[in-house]
Amino acid sequence: MELIPVIGLEMHAEMKSTTKVFSPAKNAYSDISNSNVNKIDMAFPGILPTLNKECLEKAIEMSLILNCKIPDLVMFDRKNYYYPDLPKGYQITQSTKPIGTNGKLKIDVDGKEVEILIHDIHLEEDSASLDHYSYYSLIDYNRAGVPLLETVTEPCMHSAKEAISFLDAMKNIFKYTGISDADSKLGQIRCDVNVSMMEKGSKTLGTKVEVKNVNNIQNVQNTIEYEIKRQTDLILSGRKDEIVQETRRYDEITNTTITMRSKVDAIDYKYFVEPNIPPFIIDKTLIENIRKRIPVLPNEKKLNYIKLGINNLEASILIKDKDLSQYFDNLLALGSDIKLSINWLLNQVQDYINKTHENILEIYMTPDRLKFIIDQVLQNKISNKQAKELFNAVLEKNKEPNILIKELGMEQLNNTDELENLVIAILDRSEEQIEQYKNGKTNMFDYFVGQVMKETKGKANPVIVKEILTNELNER
Amino acid sequence: MFGKTIEEIRASLIKKEVTPEDLIEEAVNNSKKIQNILNPYVTIIDNPTKYVVDDNILSGIPYVAKDNLSTKDVLSTASSNTLKDYVPFFDATVIEKLKQQNAILIGKSAMDELGMGGTGTTCHTGNVLNPWDKTRITGGSSAGSACLVASGIIPYALGSDTGDSIRKPASYCGVVGYKPTYGVISRFGLFAFASSLDHVGVLTRSVKDAAIVVENVSGKDEKDMTSIDIEKNLVSALTGNIKGKKLFYIKNLIDIKNYDNPSDDLKEILNKFKDTIKLLEEAGATVEQIEFESQLLNAIYPTYVCLSCAEATSNDSNLTGIIFGPRGDGENYVDMIKNHRTKGFCSLIKRRFVIGSYVLQKENQEKYFLNAKRVRRLIVDKMNDLFKTYDSMIMPASLTIAPKIKDANNMITGNNQVIENIMAIGNFGGYPSITIPNGFVNSMPIGINITGKVKDDKNVLNIAYALESKMDYKNQIAKGVDIWN
Repeated sequence: MELIPVIGLEMHAEMKSTTKVFSPAKNAYSDISNSNVNKIDMAFPGILPTLNKECLEKAIEMSLILNCKIPDLVMFDRKNYYYPDLPKGYQITQSTKPIGTNGKLKIDVDGKEVEILIHDIHLEEDSASLDHYSYYSLIDYNRAGVPLLETVTEPCMHSAKEAISFLDAMKNIFKYTGISDADSKLGQIRCDVNVSMMEKGSKTLGTKVEVKNVNNIQNVQNTIEYEIKRQTDLILSGRKDEIVQETRRYDEITNTTITMRSKVDAIDYKYFVEPNIPPFIIDKTLIENIRKRIPVLPNEKKLNYIKLGINNLEASILIKDKDLSQYFDNLLALGSDIKLSINWLLNQVQDYINKTHENILEIYMTPDRLKFIIDQVLQNKISNKQAKELFNAVLEKNKEPNILIKELGMEQLNNTDELENLVIAILDRSEEQIEQYKNGKTNMFDYFVGQVMKETKGKANPVIVKEILTNELNER
Repeated sequence: MFGKTIEEIRASLIKKEVTPEDLIEEAVNNSKKIQNILNPYVTIIDNPTKYVVDDNILSGIPYVAKDNLSTKDVLSTASSNTLKDYVPFFDATVIEKLKQQNAILIGKSAMDELGMGGTGTTCHTGNVLNPWDKTRITGGSSAGSACLVASGIIPYALGSDTGDSIRKPASYCGVVGYKPTYGVISRFGLFAFASSLDHVGVLTRSVKDAAIVVENVSGKDEKDMTSIDIEKNLVSALTGNIKGKKLFYIKNLIDIKNYDNPSDDLKEILNKFKDTIKLLEEAGATVEQIEFESQLLNAIYPTYVCLSCAEATSNDSNLTGIIFGPRGDGENYVDMIKNHRTKGFCSLIKRRFVIGSYVLQKENQEKYFLNAKRVRRLIVDKMNDLFKTYDSMIMPASLTIAPKIKDANNMITGNNQVIENIMAIGNFGGYPSITIPNGFVNSMPIGINITGKVKDDKNVLNIAYALESKMDYKNQIAKGVDIWN
């Protein structure tokens, strides 16, 4: 019996916005605890939500990117339940008319294009965050009311790899558009993972298990792999009925999933339409304006790079990091050499970033400074070795490369007459060495080059020196 | 100020015959006296700080707000033990507007707990008594507000109205109760009962005063997405000219033959209603009787119960005692919340929450909650259709005088006679709706209600104004209680 995993994801992404989705408090969850809290976030009596237009527009943007159908009306619903992290006792979300339905996203899985089907995408508010200690818990309301975009896929993925590729693609889109910083270290990405096993050839899905609140991509992978193994083992050992429809949670320490509640205990959220936000029609021109401002997205960008002659691997690396690719685009816009630019970017610049963890768009080595260095190499004004020294010096001293190149005495000697005189002078006093050279000791040529370099303290342009030397030696 | 209208008090203030300080002293002294007799207050503010008389017509004049309006630094309990010590740190928009206009808040009036009652007997501070007869209820939930205005202590009091919570006590207490079109007064800061039905409104002793107050606190509020702007000329629209206006009443509810064993009170109320209709006709209006499917009429009450309880159970989920209110006892948060709510709410409220929760349950939602929404839509469609022909509907505000306290039925299923709940139509459709006094039966005041189309507040007010001027009940003060000896 061959079993195929069937995987669906619910991906929650905390959105980037000035203020929270239904209150004027600042959307900055990582600030000092409880410093960005409005009476609305804490549900004091008499409060009402007001919808943040910025969040709505970003939600529409994501809906368009995922090729979703935009509803005729924007409306919200209440999801009712009691929990200490939910001050109102209900979450404002979208169930009747999500901001997008029936979408799809093409992603790259190991060089193969796979289409992921999107059931819906909806805008909602986050809850407060809880920190549990032995005898008490702490509540941070900074997160209460932070805008969340939840993307729900169809059960259309069949491996952890596909699921991870989808999440990576989504993260990239979020970063490119600025809809979310999508930083899973900060808990900005959280997933509910649905896994079931289907017999090959069968059309009926197996019993679905939901693993809630998996908080980073690596854990999503672990969860899926664990569930596939757990369910497969149970089926193959004839204990299929032990797979029950239930909600589990991922345990990071044991790297397993643990039962939380079965379907019989499922919470009835008593959804109903939020009466405080009157449904409204989305202006068609607004949708078109949002569509127009969607930036070039990673997939498209990759194709553009390949058209420029950049190879698949390098293009993939460049688009993976929005800022890196932005930096590269800036270099290209300045007219910097493509091949050298990639080389410098993926080596020296990346090394520096890896070491310092600075934001590439904020480092002192701006694209125009890097281009200056690359240009010096291209024009044979400095050697590669010197260029690297210059690069490091610029970052170390925070000084312009065109000044440093002089201070470090790196300007090459390109003056042919001057070099010619120098070569003649050296050859005139090296009769013995010329003799050896003529007698077949050809590596003496490098000796002469070395002499010129020594005299010029390495500044002589080696190409020109070699040319002059060849001529002079032939004449003697 | 005692027994005076806003315009009269304003004139005295401008002529400097009185100062705001005089008014405050008088109102606070009277308030303290009446509190001992009728119990209308949760809080009397005896040291208000602002005493300015300026261009604003409401400046320097004391008023009272219902205790479910959030008032900064002033106890706001909604008459519930769950909020018995809650002092908000922000003002409701309507309170803020009045503050900006230098109106003087001198107290917070008692109400049925969280707005969910129609008697004034479920306040955590005890029963509010009717100023015309202490053995009777004021009606509710805006009980204290109606009581205080009827007693003549202040010219106006703010109330809230989810089913008829302003307009029914207005009827029982012989005052004007006006709830404007849904959204005209921002709900920000009003402790929600049922958001889609909740309105802020006003109780006064004259139609003009009601128009003055609402005109000055109305308008779109960025904190309330359901708020709207209407034309700011409610007062100037009061011409008293209603020639050519068309009104209707629902025939099947006015026909005495449809009532088994009608009491003398009922007969008299229906007769008075017909007399009042004649007054309208004399003033040049047409009044027609129409048939309204009794199936729909019978559905008003269950529909109201379903929708209001469902929204209430969700709206009041913030009352957990965790962030504010007395912290409940318990080993874990569930027990703490349970303890807080079990101790805090009166049984009537718990009953409403059980109903609300039941009708929202997945397996029941379609049958109860969603059907109730559909019926609401049918009723509103029918009304909107009628409003294509008619300017407004006119009906008795109640077919009884204020009941005796001992007969006050606090059960939700209490008085489910169709006509006793008909004013909820005004909440279903968000219609402007006003109750004005319509004389006396058995020495107790009765009221008549006019309900019009959305945003047509001017017309509704003007019809009420015309009618008021043809009767002798304008600015009447309760005579039942002699509090001044």
